[in-house]
Amino acid sequence: MDYSQFLYMPQELGLLIVFLFVFLFDTFLPKRYQSSLPVLTSVLFGIFTLCNYFMLSRGVAFNGMFENTAATFMIKVILNIGVLIVLIQSIKWANSEDMAVRRGEFYELLLLTVLGMYLMISARHFLLFVIGLETASLPLAALVAFHKKRYESHEAAAKYMFTAVFSSAIFLMGLSFVYGLYGSLYFNDIAYQVMNNTSAMLVVALAFVIAGIGFKLSLVPFHLWTADVYQGAPTPVTSYLSVISKGAAAFAFMVVLVQVFGAAYSKVWEWMLYAIIVLTITLGNLFAIRQRNIKRFLAFSSISQAGYIMLGVIGGNELGLASLMFYVLVYIFSNLAAFGVAFAIEQQSGKVSIDDYNGLYKTNPWLSFTMMLAMFSLAGIPPFAGFFSKFFIFASALECGETSIYILVLIALINTIISLYYYLLVVKAMFISPDECSIARFRSSCGERVAMIVCTFGVILTGIVSCIYTFLVEAAKDGMSMFGLLN
Amino acid sequence: MELSYTVAVLIIPVFMFLFLGIVGVKLSKKTAGILGTLAMGVTTVIAYAAAITYFFGTDQGQVVDGVRQQLTVLDLTWLEFTKNLVIKIGVLLDPISAMMLIVISTVSFMVHLYSLGYMDGERGFQRYYAFLSLFTFSMLGLVLATNIFQMYIFWELVGVSSYLLIGFYYTLPAAVSASKKAFIVTRFADLGFLVGILILSFYTDTFDFMSLTSDPQAAISTAGGATFLGCSVMTWALTLIFMGGAGKSAMFPLHIWLPDAMEGPTPVSALIHAATMVVAGVYLVARLFPLYAVDVTALEIITVVGAFTALYAAAVACVQSDIKRVLAFSTISQIAFMITALGVATPELHEGVGYMASMFHLFTHAMFKALLFLCAGAIIHAVHSNEMSAMGGLRKYMPICHIAFLIGCLAIAGIPPFAGFFSKDEILVAAYAKSPIWGVWLSVVAGMTAFYMFRLYYKIFWWNNPDYGHHTPHEAPMTMTFPLIFLGLVSIVAGFIPFGEFVSVGRADYSGFHIHVDPKVAISSVVIAVIGIVLATVMYRKENDIPERLANRFRGLWTAAYHRFYIDEIYQFITHKIIFARISKPIAWFDRRIIDGTMDLLANVTNSASFAVRRMQSGSIQTYVWFYLVGAVAVAVITILCLI
Repeated sequence: MDYSQFLYMPQELGLLIVFLFVFLFDTFLPKRYQSSLPVLTSVLFGIFTLCNYFMLSRGVAFNGMFENTAATFMIKVILNIGVLIVLIQSIKWANSEDMAVRRGEFYELLLLTVLGMYLMISARHFLLFVIGLETASLPLAALVAFHKKRYESHEAAAKYMFTAVFSSAIFLMGLSFVYGLYGSLYFNDIAYQVMNNTSAMLVVALAFVIAGIGFKLSLVPFHLWTADVYQGAPTPVTSYLSVISKGAAAFAFMVVLVQVFGAAYSKVWEWMLYAIIVLTITLGNLFAIRQRNIKRFLAFSSISQAGYIMLGVIGGNELGLASLMFYVLVYIFSNLAAFGVAFAIEQQSGKVSIDDYNGLYKTNPWLSFTMMLAMFSLAGIPPFAGFFSKFFIFASALECGETSIYILVLIALINTIISLYYYLLVVKAMFISPDECSIARFRSSCGERVAMIVCTFGVILTGIVSCIYTFLVEAAKDGMSMFGLLN
Repeated sequence: MELSYTVAVLIIPVFMFLFLGIVGVKLSKKTAGILGTLAMGVTTVIAYAAAITYFFGTDQGQVVDGVRQQLTVLDLTWLEFTKNLVIKIGVLLDPISAMMLIVISTVSFMVHLYSLGYMDGERGFQRYYAFLSLFTFSMLGLVLATNIFQMYIFWELVGVSSYLLIGFYYTLPAAVSASKKAFIVTRFADLGFLVGILILSFYTDTFDFMSLTSDPQAAISTAGGATFLGCSVMTWALTLIFMGGAGKSAMFPLHIWLPDAMEGPTPVSALIHAATMVVAGVYLVARLFPLYAVDVTALEIITVVGAFTALYAAAVACVQSDIKRVLAFSTISQIAFMITALGVATPELHEGVGYMASMFHLFTHAMFKALLFLCAGAIIHAVHSNEMSAMGGLRKYMPICHIAFLIGCLAIAGIPPFAGFFSKDEILVAAYAKSPIWGVWLSVVAGMTAFYMFRLYYKIFWWNNPDYGHHTPHEAPMTMTFPLIFLGLVSIVAGFIPFGEFVSVGRADYSGFHIHVDPKVAISSVVIAVIGIVLATVMYRKENDIPERLANRFRGLWTAAYHRFYIDEIYQFITHKIIFARISKPIAWFDRRIIDGTMDLLANVTNSASFAVRRMQSGSIQTYVWFYLVGAVAVAVITILCLI
């Protein structure tokens, strides 16, 4: 075997090095230095994120099982930024009393799932894809259960575990159908054959494949676990689940659908996807309206956001992919800002209900301000980044110019208005509600503040600096052309 | 590019806005005011430097064949949707934008300085300066825009800052409703503007001013003779764009917001509602003038609207009793002069003198109207009232203000050698050249202008001598009188600027226009102005009952004019009785009952469903997984059914 092939995966290797360092620190660092682990990990990962930017290497490795393109490179960079923000956010939490013995595990498991996502993103063979998917899913169950003494955390973990395993089973069944049909698990081979041969069996297979990945993206009707798990899990894990895990899955989903089964688009999965998108956006919205718990609220909001991300898949070209990546980037900033505020408040006062946010502006203006920006961005109000991400993703979907897509985008637009309502409810509670605030004035920890500032700048700047999008389009072009069987 | 430092005139004010807006409350009032004024001073110096370099520079490329070129000194691509649909941000220097640089920075600086005294001790002093900076930034961005989309963005920003400043005294209900009115009316007009932009750029494939105006004939013909409701679409586009301009420049019938906007602090009225923002509409038409020059219909609409507004506003101004309202209607009337001048300007006719005259009048009017408003501010400051009845005989108490106000009145009345004479004379020349009807019309309005301005002057400074009690009015502090003196001097000499040398239509055959006073027009207009002044002197110099008797004689006309010919009432009627009652109410009913009802129903259904699902979920992962499987199978089944 030619070991130089490993050089095609510099990001994965870099991440492994970070992981090993963290592992070694955790194991061999004297007890009294243990509390520096969170900061150390954040710094290490920060360095890695910076270096990551120079690690572009395009090419195919391991007999075509693994491929890096500019697009996979970019999405990994984007995810890294998100992971870094989560890490910084959770520094104080990881140093708290009851985390003392387990903080190493937290970071090791977290980094492992990132590695899984990397593999999932770059996989060009379904075996590698499944390995990535599982690596990205299963350790998360342990993370969800990290609140050892809280019952909800355990319930959430159990639900997550069972659903994850079940969805894997379904996914694998779908894959075995695919293998039965085409006799190969290589993306390339399947893509070639799909062009010539579609059967009813493929429909079943695809339905199961979509269900399998739909679990990770929490698309309706595979979303039922989301709210319970988001609510029960420790907040840093929730934000990680809602942002990073989702972003990676969205990219992988698009790769699988467009590049592998793209030829069967109009025949098989077009209407499947339409139905799922409409259901996801609408149901997510309608549930979100009624939520009073901020984490459940963000869970349903993230479900409907996943629906919007899926519109990029409809575009199916480099613009779609670029819009999807841009959406993920913006979503990372906006959602992490929202979770950051919710987390800071939860840490400080244990309050998680939106009703507790009444009049927050008077006691904690900066937190309210950050939350407001996040809500505006999630709702897609210009000039914040969320507006541009929605705009680009709608535009990319409309590019196809079919009537059905116009209707789809129209439904999505109506849903944007509905979503505006509940996002503004939070803003209203913070700024307009006359009640005395039950949350006292406090100063959030340094890490939380840094994370929130980064997110705020992200929300404001990503929208305005349009060259980011142009950059992503270039990357997406490369991602599409390297694979370029269908075009 | 050598002139690229011009961009600093945008950066400094916007930075000041952010700075004062965010940390302003932590500064003392004095520091905030002085910082704002200093920053504006620096901006003014840079603006002057840029304008002077532009007008007098002899660089290669700056002047070609005796024509000053349009220079794009900054050009950034902001958003690139497709190859054609590109939104750029840039800085464009040409004769009119350089002229506007001078106007805006001068008046803005004077107002900054003046406000130090006028707004002293007000609540929200820092906020006031932050808003002033925002306004200056937006207005400069508007005039320096390289493309119509950028202009639109700044156009709206100007509207926002105007809204914020009119409603500055947000505890007064009148100020709040005035700010709302201003915002809504101008926004309504901007709707037309936006539609116009979209039509124009749809056919011409560009937002860029340079490519639109370099070959207007080609740009107009891109529409290929497409028509809508009997008019060519380009006429529609240009008229709709003018509608936006008419909203900002308070042309009839979109003028109703401007008199109410006087609820804002008086320096704001001087800056925004007299000198700069309200001439944005004139500037817009001037900016696109080559297009309008090709489209005769649009130009005629502009002429008619302008001429009618001039007369209407002058008539109303003759009977108002609130000093700022008189000035507001006088502003409307004077802007209408500029608009009419653009309307009668055709390049073939008299070397496009109307275009130059319009810009010239814009320049001189900005100076003397700002002067008049600042004087009014000083007077209001002294007597604590806007009503003329509370004033009178003030010449003894406020000599500097008296002289400055007199200069302003002479300038606006068109008495040589004050600035207004020259610019108004050019407008009249252009109007007579187009058609004697317009010439006579505008001459009459000019006479009325002289009358109502001197009515105002005499009522304030002469008339009777009310009992001021122990609270004797006195001259304003130095920060307030200095701007008066400065602007007074400018109003005296500005007419002698050889304006035609600087601002012209921008093509080789019109440049270097020499202002020549046409004796017939000049003499007749001076005579008319003098008649107006004499009339005012007879009626208002000393307290008497002539005005009262005249008012009683023409009771109907007087009342109608006093109520501004009931335009506001007509608006009220249309909006409340027709739009709200006939259109909005049914829609609201539909919205509440049908749409909200459906939403509530949906939400309720979902809510109960979610409870049902939750009950099924709790403790039982089997159900969970069951849903999942059913979902996956259902997706497959539905797809297969669809395929069949």
